[in-house]
Amino acid sequence: MEILSVAFFIGLLAAMLRMATPLLFATMGELLTERAGVLNLGIEGTMLLGAMAGYLVAYKTGSLWLGLGGALLTGALLGLLMAFMAVTLGVSQHVSGLGITLLATGLSLYIYRMVIGSPSVPPSIRPFQILTIPVLAQLPVIGPILFRQYLLVWVALALVPLIWLLLFRTALGLKIRTVGENPKAAEVAGVSVYGIRYLCLIVGGALMALGGAFLSMAHFNMFLFGMVAGRGWISIALVVFGNWRPGKCLAGALFFGGLDALQLRLQAVGFQALPYQFFLVLPYILTIVALVSVSRRAAYPGSLLLPYKRGEA
Amino acid sequence: MKRSSIVSWGIVGALLLAVGVWGLAPAPADAQAKKKLRVVSIFQTPIEEPWDGAIHQALLKAQKELGFEYEWTEKVSGADFERVVREYAEKKYDLIMGDAFGQEQAARRVAKAYPKIKFLFGSGLGPARPNFGVFDNWIHEPAYLCGMIAGKLTKTNVLGVVGGHPVPEVNRLINAFKAGALEVNPKVKLKVAFIGSWFDPPKTKEAALAQIEAGADLLYAERYGVIDAAKDRGKLAFGNLLDQHDLAPDTVITGPVWDMHPLVKFAVESVRRGTFVAMDYAEWTMMQKGGAKLAPFYGWDKKLPKEIIEMVKKREQEILAGLFRVPVDESTPKSD
Repeated sequence: MEILSVAFFIGLLAAMLRMATPLLFATMGELLTERAGVLNLGIEGTMLLGAMAGYLVAYKTGSLWLGLGGALLTGALLGLLMAFMAVTLGVSQHVSGLGITLLATGLSLYIYRMVIGSPSVPPSIRPFQILTIPVLAQLPVIGPILFRQYLLVWVALALVPLIWLLLFRTALGLKIRTVGENPKAAEVAGVSVYGIRYLCLIVGGALMALGGAFLSMAHFNMFLFGMVAGRGWISIALVVFGNWRPGKCLAGALFFGGLDALQLRLQAVGFQALPYQFFLVLPYILTIVALVSVSRRAAYPGSLLLPYKRGEA
Repeated sequence: MKRSSIVSWGIVGALLLAVGVWGLAPAPADAQAKKKLRVVSIFQTPIEEPWDGAIHQALLKAQKELGFEYEWTEKVSGADFERVVREYAEKKYDLIMGDAFGQEQAARRVAKAYPKIKFLFGSGLGPARPNFGVFDNWIHEPAYLCGMIAGKLTKTNVLGVVGGHPVPEVNRLINAFKAGALEVNPKVKLKVAFIGSWFDPPKTKEAALAQIEAGADLLYAERYGVIDAAKDRGKLAFGNLLDQHDLAPDTVITGPVWDMHPLVKFAVESVRRGTFVAMDYAEWTMMQKGGAKLAPFYGWDKKLPKEIIEMVKKREQEILAGLFRVPVDESTPKSD
């Protein structure tokens, strides 16, 4: 039975990490903004524009690193725009976030076409390659899964403990959480609510864009319209699924990526006891089930969605 | 609170407007200037999407040759589709083209209301008299030829195909590919995966990698992403719809190509002559009329064993001469 072989599991788990990576970047970005009290629905558009910007800069300059820089900057700018609307103007977070997704989606194709035009076959870049860490990659099973990966996969995995340390072990993290729970108390304690929210939205936006750039610059080698394919929305669900805790969000992203990798593999080995459509919807069904069970004890930040006006009662 | 909500809706309105204005191509400048034939195409996707892109590219090419007026609009959402088609019908375009998938009834409704205007749409259903013709991409013949090459070249006797959704026009390509492979190699097994999306290259790539790990050594790239997977793992692949040689010259052998130019040319000329017929133009996208072909080999015909190339060329000639008919099988393919 092919399904039970070691090679099958190695392939499966390595694919799980690759497929979880864009979700992980976006989920960590969203976690940060929500912890500061702002739901950023601009995530889907931010990822797409990040994917486009990273690809385009890399294509034009020939440097993947400049491309990554371009993606980070693009995400930061969209985060800044979100912050201006949701924090300074105090506009509804739902409305401004969806507005940003619409704007970024339109812009990504608009800019792409301005620069590249519309050739019948889109030009590709030489993307980030899979790296092999000497010695460690030789370890049985775990070597090919963990130590033969894209650089960005490791960055995404390292991000989880970093975000955890930031939120729960630093003074800045305490400020972020306080702003998200009770901005007035934070203000009284001398914390700049606007400053913290601006910071989180800018950094969060950059992380979301990085998730998009992973798609166009590592996992694949060109930009195609629609290539984010709902990963931003999934990441929003993953933050809730993870109960606003970095570790649980990681578990959710791996779970989702793993199920996706599994269903592709079951199709490949010709597993036909159930129709393939069942496996396509399985991650979504399980996410809904998990959300329902988690939501009973949801620990969402107390001031999420509430605009804060300095000096208002 | 009141002020901020006005501001918020204002911002969203402006953003929507910006996106919406971009989505529509500019309207024709002066409609009554001269009596040139006027053609418009209405696409539901951006023209970067290969299917609509093939129609658009063919129209651009034909425009240069035949000298008609050509407008196009893209990314028309389902809810807007009928309104947009109606707008162009009101402007009295002579020929309205596009893709009607998912909007089959709306397209025919508009055609019925404007009997003097000719409509020619990509469609999974039939034509409607007197003025609604349909076409689809019938490129199963070159897919069969690719299957023959794959069946001969495979060392593992396992081939792979990744598709978007199992719709008839995808199914018949996969089934033809498999039939071609089985004709020359009865031991061949085919892995088939559907990713449930038209636009997700990273996921498509993962599906192809899974097939390679399950033993597939030649892949048919119905979607973007497969060729990249084959390239990463040192396997060979066939493109689809377009000549995809440039994506990976050392990986892509050839592939079925859809050429809408013969049909577009014929349609424009028959509208001009007043002889346009509301029929199913399937054969115009098949090999005999030049609507389907194998992509150039770019030197692969020198690299591959001579007898394989000769075999394929012979079968190609038989198809062109009407001596061989590639079976059309639109049932949903499954992994062996």
